[in-house]
Amino acid sequence: MNPVAEVILSLLLVVSAFFTLVGSLGLVKLSDFFRRLHGPTKATTMGVGCILVVSVFYHALIGNSFHPRELLVSVLLIVTAPISANLLAKAALSLKLKKRPQCPADETPDPEHLDSPADRRPDEL
Amino acid sequence: MIEIAILISMYAIGVAMLLSLYRLVRGPEVVDRILALDTFSINAIALLILDGMYLGSEIYFEAALVIAMLGFVTTVVLCKYVLRRDIVE
Amino acid sequence: MRTRFRSILPSIPLSLMIFVFGILLADRITAGQIVLAGILALVIPQVSRRLEREFARIKSLKPLPRLACVVLYDIVRANIHTARLVLGPERQLKPGWVWVPLDFKNIHGITALASVITLTPGTVSAELSDDRKYLLVHALDLPDPQALIDEIKTRYEAPLKEIFP
Repeated sequence: MNPVAEVILSLLLVVSAFFTLVGSLGLVKLSDFFRRLHGPTKATTMGVGCILVVSVFYHALIGNSFHPRELLVSVLLIVTAPISANLLAKAALSLKLKKRPQCPADETPDPEHLDSPADRRPDEL
Repeated sequence: MIEIAILISMYAIGVAMLLSLYRLVRGPEVVDRILALDTFSINAIALLILDGMYLGSEIYFEAALVIAMLGFVTTVVLCKYVLRRDIVE
Repeated sequence: MRTRFRSILPSIPLSLMIFVFGILLADRITAGQIVLAGILALVIPQVSRRLEREFARIKSLKPLPRLACVVLYDIVRANIHTARLVLGPERQLKPGWVWVPLDFKNIHGITALASVITLTPGTVSAELSDDRKYLLVHALDLPDPQALIDEIKTRYEAPLKEIFP
């Protein structure tokens, strides 16, 4: 294997594994659920995404055929991570882990938007 | 050299899995456990891919893809259960 | 003619994406795999057309490359920022909630904005208010709420507003 590519891939691999570790460390270390949510959504997702990118180039350089299939897992993780984070935050808010922050719209209700069916969310989760 | 990097990364991911397992067992609230389970499955994907690199085999990709999809669906279903106390509407 | 074309291919980007994913998933690219991906690309949009009740209308794709570069750069910055906050002492953190006022109503644009906010430095989008006017954002370290709102509005919302009218 090309030594320059090997050094770059090794560095990228170690750095992304470090970020994955930091994501899980944040899960254990921080004291409140909403603080814990930050570590896994960013650090772990991107760490694992970078490991998958390294894997694509490693298999291409080692002599196996070039398959960009691992990128599918990366794309899947990057697309789904914000959705699961959003749902987790919603679930935690519904459990009233913390007092719900008041929506500014609640203070001055706009009568046009209260009952109009057009504003109802189409795919309510 | 890259073999050493793969080994170091496998150790780091292993420690990360242990940490999220700790949160899964310990978690004071149910949402903490769901988050820990999600992190655990993402770490499992990374470990599988690293294992595939270590053994020079590409067969682990399918398992990683299945875990990625199942992990996401599990998180969504558990969150909806917490939100509504009901899965099927 | 146009309506018939619409009934066969309801959404060209969706069909194209399914085709590319079908080919990428195949072990090696053969004629059979291409035909299978083509059939899937024709059939799946027919099914999903009945599910989707609010269609995404894309006005222009011009701001997309620049937005993608900004988001990729910010994801890297987010990782370093979050790692520093996690590894540092927790007493220095000042977490807080912000309601970000939204200027557009397109639900797909709001979804994209919420995802981008979650992937970028120190913020997680939590909830959309029922009238789609405000987005609740949790920040890990929030020294100045107004600065965060301004950054989100100029950096991500303005280009997204051009893509999704």
